Amino acid sequence: MKDVREALFVGRNTEGKLIRRPISPFMLGSAYKPQMSSMTSIAHRITGCALGLGTLLLTLWLVCAASGDDAFSVIQAVLASWIGILILIGFTAAMFYHFCNGIRHLAWDAGRGFDLPTMHRSGWTVVAATAVCTVGFWVIAFLVW
Amino acid sequence: MDKHGAPSLHIMRSQLGRARGLGAAKSGLHHWWGQRVTAVALLPLSLYFVVSVLMLAGADRARMAAFMAEPWNTVLYLCLIAALFYHLALGVQVVIEDYVNNEAKRMAGILAVKGLIFFCALACAVSVLKLAF
Repeated sequence: MKDVREALFVGRNTEGKLIRRPISPFMLGSAYKPQMSSMTSIAHRITGCALGLGTLLLTLWLVCAASGDDAFSVIQAVLASWIGILILIGFTAAMFYHFCNGIRHLAWDAGRGFDLPTMHRSGWTVVAATAVCTVGFWVIAFLVW
Repeated sequence: MDKHGAPSLHIMRSQLGRARGLGAAKSGLHHWWGQRVTAVALLPLSLYFVVSVLMLAGADRARMAAFMAEPWNTVLYLCLIAALFYHLALGVQVVIEDYVNNEAKRMAGILAVKGLIFFCALACAVSVLKLAF
């Protein structure tokens, strides 16, 4: 027994014989269709990891600003290049998604919104809000730039 | 499972311990609660961050330093850095725990990532303070 959880996978059938209990298939794969619950959940994790990488960019930005004019003008130029803008668009989209879906998770933590119609509605609301906020952010960003 | 693949029971725990559930929680609740507290803190702080970034779009260093020197901005940025990196450390820990089964690799991974996160958090905080003062 490599994993202590193995002990919980073994049970007895009605004849008293030891059997290995069946387990559910992994949530991602051929066993299940893509669903609102699983897709928004995995997206929350992926955007969380992406935002983790984004904090490296935030660190670089602040450290360059503190270092001096030359370093700061370099990072500002990199962020304003087309690839920099592309990364920042991805960063803001990930942030707005994680923000909106995070509110959904906090509501679930409070015991609200678990029924399927509400869960589907809140899921689509998160997707729509992410799109609206990301587009809105970049419209304002290009206007004030 | 034994080496022939037939089911067998090897339980190294007391019956009481097994009946009560999945084992000692140790610091589990602290982790869960910390994730929620920082999440709630990040709701207003991340909105502030978005607004601050829009205000600083295309700014030169002098304007950025002037912005960070405003006491409210200094404090809000320090709060943001604290909540953000703590939330990140807790989140990345869960991801590593979920996907890395080998215990030594899991611990090494968590320590390495948390070390990097602590380093970045400190670098951010020092940079904000240097800009501010």
